Amino acid sequence: MPAVWLDLGIAAAKTLLVLLMVLNLSAILLWVERKGSALIQDRIGANRANILGGLLPFNLGIVNTLIADPIKMFTKEDVVPAGADKVLHFLGPFLAVFPVVVTFAAIPFGDVLVIGDRTIDLQVAGLNVGILYVLAMSSLAVYGVVLGGWASNSRWALLGAIRGSAQMISYEIAMGLALIGAIMTFGTLDLQEIARAQGAHVLGVIPAWGILYQPLGFLIFLVAGVAETKRVPFDLPEGESELISGYFTEYSGSKQAAFMLSDFAEIVVVSGLATTLFFGGWQVPFLGREGWNLPGGVTLAMPHLAVVALQLVSFTVKVFALCCLQILVRWSLPRYRYDQLMDLGWKRLLPLALVNVLVTGLVIVLAS
Amino acid sequence: MLDQYVGVLLTFALGAVIVGGMVSGSMLLGMRRRQHYAVKDEVFECGNAPSGPARGRFSVHFYLVAILFIVFDVEVVFMYPWALVFRALGVPGLIEMVIFIAVLAIGLAYAWRRGALAWY
Repeated sequence: MPAVWLDLGIAAAKTLLVLLMVLNLSAILLWVERKGSALIQDRIGANRANILGGLLPFNLGIVNTLIADPIKMFTKEDVVPAGADKVLHFLGPFLAVFPVVVTFAAIPFGDVLVIGDRTIDLQVAGLNVGILYVLAMSSLAVYGVVLGGWASNSRWALLGAIRGSAQMISYEIAMGLALIGAIMTFGTLDLQEIARAQGAHVLGVIPAWGILYQPLGFLIFLVAGVAETKRVPFDLPEGESELISGYFTEYSGSKQAAFMLSDFAEIVVVSGLATTLFFGGWQVPFLGREGWNLPGGVTLAMPHLAVVALQLVSFTVKVFALCCLQILVRWSLPRYRYDQLMDLGWKRLLPLALVNVLVTGLVIVLAS
Repeated sequence: MLDQYVGVLLTFALGAVIVGGMVSGSMLLGMRRRQHYAVKDEVFECGNAPSGPARGRFSVHFYLVAILFIVFDVEVVFMYPWALVFRALGVPGLIEMVIFIAVLAIGLAYAWRRGALAWY
């Protein structure tokens, strides 16, 4: 049955594409963070390694962050401290990255690609419970933190792990509640359908993106999302100045690289989800499947492949912009105190999210 | 119905290979002759010799957070099916959810009042 194999091949190609996109975007973010933080702090940043032996008049540090650092980390000795649990010590970084990377399977990165008589949905898994899948997978990442910290048999690591797990589960509630407003607005859990619903226009000119209906929901989601990534201003599980490196103090080499990558992959996933729910996903304003539908009834036809390409670019640009916003936040704000962190999660965001759900319900009932 | 999950399975398989390869990279490519001596295998405690095992007692507050999380997260899960069919339920659905959220809010207020959310 060749048709089945072709379907499987297409699915495998989409899977590989999405996984590579997440990993590559994470790697690029690492570079953006290093050079961007240097820019913000008026430093030069990574500029040592170069391909052409320093012949180029400029050095953007790409070789440093994307080639030299990974090679160094992969060829380092894998040190497991005495008294550590070897299996859990391996499982920690694995479970920190794996659930984050597979989360992207439910996030659509384009509408449909039509080749001949075949219609390919540009999404790895067209789940009708997409949001539930994303939440289930992203909440598994807490095991990586806990296992990594516990297995190390180090006090710093254990403190970081406990802090991290308490923080992640606290903000998960606010995150879940913020998404409920979006689900009420769109009436579906299918992320592809949510993205399609945002193709309409309010008053004919304003794109009907989710942020228009859920501004508070987006803010709560973004804050909770940044807290889930465990980065400044919520980086207490790592807290370099108090806990060395927190839960990955005892890690070296590629395991430590995995923990670092998981941070950036989480940023990509939070941005991808925020893009899909609040910024129209792959939608380009006024761009339909056949071409442009500009206000005033003007239509411009466009080749199908160009439309798909524009949608892919639109999705990538939106995700990347939200990632950069999070990096900007990380280098602009100081760290919270632990009681402030817990107060923000439980006493501010949670009641606010409940109010958001009620207000959303009231508005929907009044409007219909 | 189930063919939606083919992509999920493929992602799991490919993701496990990529991530597993990455995490075990240092074991495979790193230094071959590993030398073990006491100081190197020590955990890092700012240069001091580790004083006793690390897995000791920690603040009971973290347990409290975990218990509160179970309570509230289950409540949030109850709200998902409701949110999905909210438009079909209309006003009665909203009134029911107001009662549900009121109960939830009373629980939160109670925990707040009793100091379960306070950190010292």
